Amino acid sequence: MSPAAFLGATGRGTAGILGAIGRFLGFGVQSLGWIFRPPWYPREIGAQLMQIGWLSLPVIGMTALFTGAALALQIFAGSARYGAEFAVPSITAIGMVRELGPVLGGLMVAARVASSIAAEIGTMKVSEQLDALRTLAVEPMQYLTVPRLIAATLAMPVLVAAGDSIGILGGYAVGVTRLGFDGATYLRNTLEFLQFWDVASGLVKGAVFGFLVALAGCFFGMNSGRGAQGVGEATKSAVVLASVLILAANYLLTEAFFSA
Amino acid sequence: MIRANALHKAFGAKQVLNGVDFTLDRGQSLVVIGGSGTGKSVLLRCLLGLERADSGTVEIAGLRDPKPQALAAHVGMLFQGAALFDSLPVWQNVAFRMLRGPRRAGARALAIEKLARVGLDERVADLYPAELSGGMQKRVGLARAIAGDPPVLFFDEPTAGLDPIMAAVINALIRSIVTEAGATAVTITHDMTTLREVGDRVAMLHDGRIHWQGPAAEALTTDDPVMRQFTQGRVEGPIATLR
Repeated sequence: MSPAAFLGATGRGTAGILGAIGRFLGFGVQSLGWIFRPPWYPREIGAQLMQIGWLSLPVIGMTALFTGAALALQIFAGSARYGAEFAVPSITAIGMVRELGPVLGGLMVAARVASSIAAEIGTMKVSEQLDALRTLAVEPMQYLTVPRLIAATLAMPVLVAAGDSIGILGGYAVGVTRLGFDGATYLRNTLEFLQFWDVASGLVKGAVFGFLVALAGCFFGMNSGRGAQGVGEATKSAVVLASVLILAANYLLTEAFFSA
Repeated sequence: MIRANALHKAFGAKQVLNGVDFTLDRGQSLVVIGGSGTGKSVLLRCLLGLERADSGTVEIAGLRDPKPQALAAHVGMLFQGAALFDSLPVWQNVAFRMLRGPRRAGARALAIEKLARVGLDERVADLYPAELSGGMQKRVGLARAIAGDPPVLFFDEPTAGLDPIMAAVINALIRSIVTEAGATAVTITHDMTTLREVGDRVAMLHDGRIHWQGPAAEALTTDDPVMRQFTQGRVEGPIATLR
C-alpha cells in the first residue's frame, strides 16, 4: 500500500469513527429532548421496568454473590501477607459498593438488556413496525426509546443496591464458613466502615450505566440494517458499545467522585 | 383528494422517482403497478410522509406535504408484512390509536367490530400476532387500517405471500371496504388479480415516472408495450429483466 493510499484509508476510517460518535451523541441529545415532551407512556415504562429491572435481578444476584465470595477470598489471601486479615469485611464491602457492584451489574445488564433492546427495535424496524407507529400518530422515539431510557435509569440503581447487598452477603458467607470470621464481627466491621457516599456513588454510577445501556440499545436498534444480518450486527454493536461506555464512564465518575 | 406533483426521490446515484404526477379524486381506487425495485414502495412512503421527497409536492385530504402524525386521522395503511406489534394482543393492535386517545373505554368493542368486518372471530382478539397465519395477520392489519374509519386508505402489496384463495379473500375485502366506506384508496401491487379486483384506475410506474394511467378495464387491453409486457408477464420487451 502506498503512503497516499494508507493516509486515505486512515482518514476515511477516522472520519467514519468520528461520524459514528457524532451520530450517537446526536441521538443521545435528541433522546433527552424527547424525555421531557408529552405524551408519556406509563404502561410502557412499567413494562420496561419489569423487563430491565425485575427480570435482570437473578443474573445480577448470581454475579454479585460469586464476585463477593471470590473478592473476600482474594482480599484474605493478599491481606494475610501483611497480617491485615481483619480488613477483609471492610475492603470487600467497599470494593463491592464502589466498583464491582455497579460495574459488573452494568456489564451484565449491558449483555442482557442492550442486546434485547437492539434486537427488538431492530426487528420492529425491518418489519415496518416503526413506520406503522408513525402512521398511527405515535413517534417511535417517544414510544420505544423514552420508556427504555427512563426504566433503565431508574432500575439500575435498585439492581446495584441489590447486587451490593448480595455481594457483601457472598463475602460474609465465605468469611464465616471458610476464613474463620465471627459472623457478628464481620457484619459490624462492614457496617462501621462503609460511608454514605461509598454506597451513593455506586448508585449514581448505576443510574448513569443504566441510561448508557438503554441508549446504546435504542441507538443501534433504531439504526439497524436490513434483514437478520442487520439486526444481528445491531445487537452485537449495542453490547460492545454499552460495555465500553460503562467502563469509560466508570473511570470518569470515579475521577469525579474520589480523586484527591 | 390525493395529488402528487413532480415527485423526485434519489438514493445516492439511483434516481428512484423522477417526476411522478397523479391526481386521485375522492372515492376512487388507484392501483399502482410496476416491476420490483421501480419505486412503488418509495412512492407510497413519500405520500405517507415516511420518506421526504427531494422535490415535488404531495397533497392528501387537503394537507400539503403532511407529516405522518398529521395524516393519522385521515389515513389508514396496510403494510406489506402487516407490521403488527408483536408485543400486543390482536385487539390492542387494532385499537392501537384509540387506546392512546381520550376514548379508551370502547376500544375493545371497536376492535372486535373491526375484526368481524374482516371476517375474524372474537376469539382471535386475545391472541398475539405470532399465533396467527399470514392471511390472518393481513386481515388484522386491514382491521387496524380501517379502525378509525379514515377517508383515505393505502395498501402495500396486500396479497404478497398469500395463497391464491387467501389473496382473493383479501382483494374482496379491500374492494368491499373501499366501496362501502366511499374511501379513496391507493394500492401498490404487481398482482394482476388485485389490479382487476381492487382498482378503478391503474397507474404504471416505469423509469421513475407514471408511464401509463387509465381505467382498470383498459390496463389489460392497452397496446402500450410496457403495459403489455408487464401485465402479460413477458420476458422480452422494454422493461429490463435485470434490475
